[in-house]
Amino acid sequence: MDSSQQSESSPESNAESTQTTGTELSRDAQQAPSAPNSPSIGILGWLRWTWRQLTSMRTALILLLLLAAAAIPGSVYPQRSADPNGVTQFFQQQPDLAGWLDKAQLFDVYSSTWFSSIYLLLFISLIGCVVPRTLVHAKALVAKPVPTPTNLSRMPAHKETVLGDKKLAKLESSKKADLLHRGFERLKRQGYRVERQGDSISAERGYLRETGNLVFHVALIGVLFAVGFGGAYSYSGQRVLVVGDTFVNNLAGYDSFSPGPFFNQSELAPFRMTLTDFQSDFDIRNKTNLNTPLDFRAYVTSQVGMDGTPKKSVIRVNYPLEMPNASVYLTGNGFAPVLTFKDASGKVSFSGPVIYLPQDDKYTSLGVIKLPDAKPKQFGVISFFYPAAGKLPSGALTSVSPIAVNPMVTMSVYIGNLGLDSGVPQNVFTLNVHGLKQVAGGKAKTKGVELRVGETKTLPGGLGTVKFETFKRFASLDISYNPAQGWVLFFALLSLAGLITSFLVPRRRVWIRRTANGFEVAALARGDDPLLEKVVEDLSAFLGSKKSAKAPKAQTTKAKTPGKKKDKE
Amino acid sequence: MTGIVLNEELSRTSLIFIYAAMAFYTVAFITFVWHLTRLSSEKKKIRKSADALEKAGLWILGIAAATHGAGVVMRGISASRVPWANMYEFSISGSFIIVAIFLCALVVRDIRVIAAFVSAFALLVLGAATTLFYVQVKTLMPALQSYWLVIHVTVAVLATSFFFIAAALSIAFLFAQAKWVKNGKGNITKLIRRVLSVFPKPKKMERLSYRFNVIGMILWTFTLIAGAIWAQKAWHRFWGWDTKEVWTFIIWTIYAGYAHARATRGWDGARAAWLSVVGFVAVLFNFTIVNLFFKGLHVYSGLK
Ligand code: HEM
Repeated sequence: MDSSQQSESSPESNAESTQTTGTELSRDAQQAPSAPNSPSIGILGWLRWTWRQLTSMRTALILLLLLAAAAIPGSVYPQRSADPNGVTQFFQQQPDLAGWLDKAQLFDVYSSTWFSSIYLLLFISLIGCVVPRTLVHAKALVAKPVPTPTNLSRMPAHKETVLGDKKLAKLESSKKADLLHRGFERLKRQGYRVERQGDSISAERGYLRETGNLVFHVALIGVLFAVGFGGAYSYSGQRVLVVGDTFVNNLAGYDSFSPGPFFNQSELAPFRMTLTDFQSDFDIRNKTNLNTPLDFRAYVTSQVGMDGTPKKSVIRVNYPLEMPNASVYLTGNGFAPVLTFKDASGKVSFSGPVIYLPQDDKYTSLGVIKLPDAKPKQFGVISFFYPAAGKLPSGALTSVSPIAVNPMVTMSVYIGNLGLDSGVPQNVFTLNVHGLKQVAGGKAKTKGVELRVGETKTLPGGLGTVKFETFKRFASLDISYNPAQGWVLFFALLSLAGLITSFLVPRRRVWIRRTANGFEVAALARGDDPLLEKVVEDLSAFLGSKKSAKAPKAQTTKAKTPGKKKDKE
Repeated sequence: MTGIVLNEELSRTSLIFIYAAMAFYTVAFITFVWHLTRLSSEKKKIRKSADALEKAGLWILGIAAATHGAGVVMRGISASRVPWANMYEFSISGSFIIVAIFLCALVVRDIRVIAAFVSAFALLVLGAATTLFYVQVKTLMPALQSYWLVIHVTVAVLATSFFFIAAALSIAFLFAQAKWVKNGKGNITKLIRRVLSVFPKPKKMERLSYRFNVIGMILWTFTLIAGAIWAQKAWHRFWGWDTKEVWTFIIWTIYAGYAHARATRGWDGARAAWLSVVGFVAVLFNFTIVNLFFKGLHVYSGLK
């Protein structure tokens, strides 16, 4: 087999170099200047050399493997995009190492300069590769089949059939039954592009293979662009709603909001949404599965525009609510005890539901209340809510079930400057107890406050009273929008379709030649073709036995499939 | 979902079937290895008589697969859902599909060469599943309650099976064409040569491996896309470089590299075969190490 000019030489296609086809990929084959830095080739030559290297398949291959390797550290170190808390923790635990890693952009691998360089180079290479291939392929699509090679026996699948004169005469009793004519008709029926060339026939099929391959590569570029575009114009925001609350879709309606770099406020479509109820189911039947969550349901009434008709829906995990320019997802839930604080004079200093964040799967939940305006002095409360209060062997309280069968609130009280006027932004879910004095709970003289629904307790140190009125449920919602999401899916599916086509459609050439006392059939595949030999066998059998001609069985003298004779299939 | 009653009894029976399958796989493996040692004999007669052993091995493997399959189905029925919602279940289902695909593929292609490898792998996976990954039958957590669980995971399991068979063939190919095997003078290399002489030619195995990898790649691409669609619904974005997503991407890229390697002079043959092996190692890594030790959203092993 001759593969001297073959650049992309998969084992099966080696023989193809005997005939250079229009679709041959010849970039690698072009002779690279022997010494790229020799002075004689000049800047232009050097540039051309670089470009050829970059768009060569070997470079693409190496860049692909590099990309795979470069992606690994992003799964080892926490990433700011996926796990910001993990990064913060890493900085706290190993500040020195974290500093170095951060310099190497190892907490932002997928937006790092080095990762981006690799995939950008890869895509430049891809474009540089696909454009010329497309042109070549476009020509091939309208070109005639190649001239029949002189030496068919060099093809990977070949079979010569020798027939006696009588048999030949019988086989070709009429013009219509002409051997080549019948071969022509059959190949045509099978979807080959066929041409008769004197005493031979040249046929080719499977242009779709290359089309599929090009579509696949182009669609990948589509995916990249759609992802980039989508990222730039997307937004996502979070909002916690207590049952009864209403969310209005404008910037003020969000607890936190992260827009893409080109986000613009007009993308926020006018709609509002009220959380009317929240329910959760936990397993109470199966012993081994007790308390496992089965379902969460947020019941909402939504309204598009100022005066749209209100619509009732249920948001569940996996089943977001689709609104104009937004999908609303259920991301979390918990309890919101309704508390009323009154100061010593009986004046209400705080009243309403407080979001308690669940700390475990039984919904032991932590809440923080800050009362900067309380009289005579400001104070803060760190509080726990137990939907099903029970005691650990140590005597500490815990929740024994996620279902609110025995709800209870406990509180530790801190006095001192809460620092709310200092202008430093504060997390509403934490209380910085540094510099504060604990007056109830923990090591303080007074025990922590314990409350059941409806109970009122007096706070120590003349801070007034607190009442646990009732409790509500809350739902955490994620509201997000990516305008290019449909395009990403479209290009992804297109590339899948291209991939399937390029893998499964066989591209092959078939030749038939009349010989003095019979005929030869040969075939050549581009890429992998499990059926190549069978095609030659079948075609030979067909040509050698024409039912209508009642021809005796042709006798085969030579069946040749180089190097594969003894392979077991 | 509230009404689901888990059938503990049946899940225990399922486990017994899995143990039984492990016993059968052990016997199958021993039979195949015995077959190979006979093949490596210098005496022609002994080599000829080995065929019966191989046949017996395949029958035992068939029985093992049937028992295994029954165990998987019972696990599914006991939970009233598809049996692949945690690592234990994914392992027993996945290894069953691998064996089933191997047995089906035998009908159309001669890949007996890897029979011992397949039984050993199934045995190992079941061993790990029953000892390291075992969890009692549970209901589905809300994030998994989606028809995408069926689509995404089925296709991932199928892709893994094809990659496995391809990698096994690549390993056989790497042995067959290795210089030390071809030219070695030692007894062991002679032995390996005799065994290999009965199996398909190296080139043939390489091509078969490619065909399995091709199907694997199509399925893996689909897995990736299906995963992204599901992530859009469950995690609010189709791609977020979660550890599992990262590794799915890495695996995809390695196989894309493989496809290009196979079409690049100097990279086809042994280097491509190595990539096919590396690709499968990444698949295994993704399933074991990433699931158990890396932090991410795919925390569905059911292990604490
Ligand atoms: C993002 C980068 C790329 C990816 C993910 C990618 C992926 C793939 C995959 C999965 C295949 C398998 C399809 C097949 O073998 O028929 C393939 C084939 C191919 N790719 Fe790429 N590719 C990339 C870049 C490139 C570049 C830069 C070139 C040109 C230098 C290129 C040229 C080819 C060719 C010629 C084939 C067909 C190989 C054959 O005949 O089997 N690709 N590519």
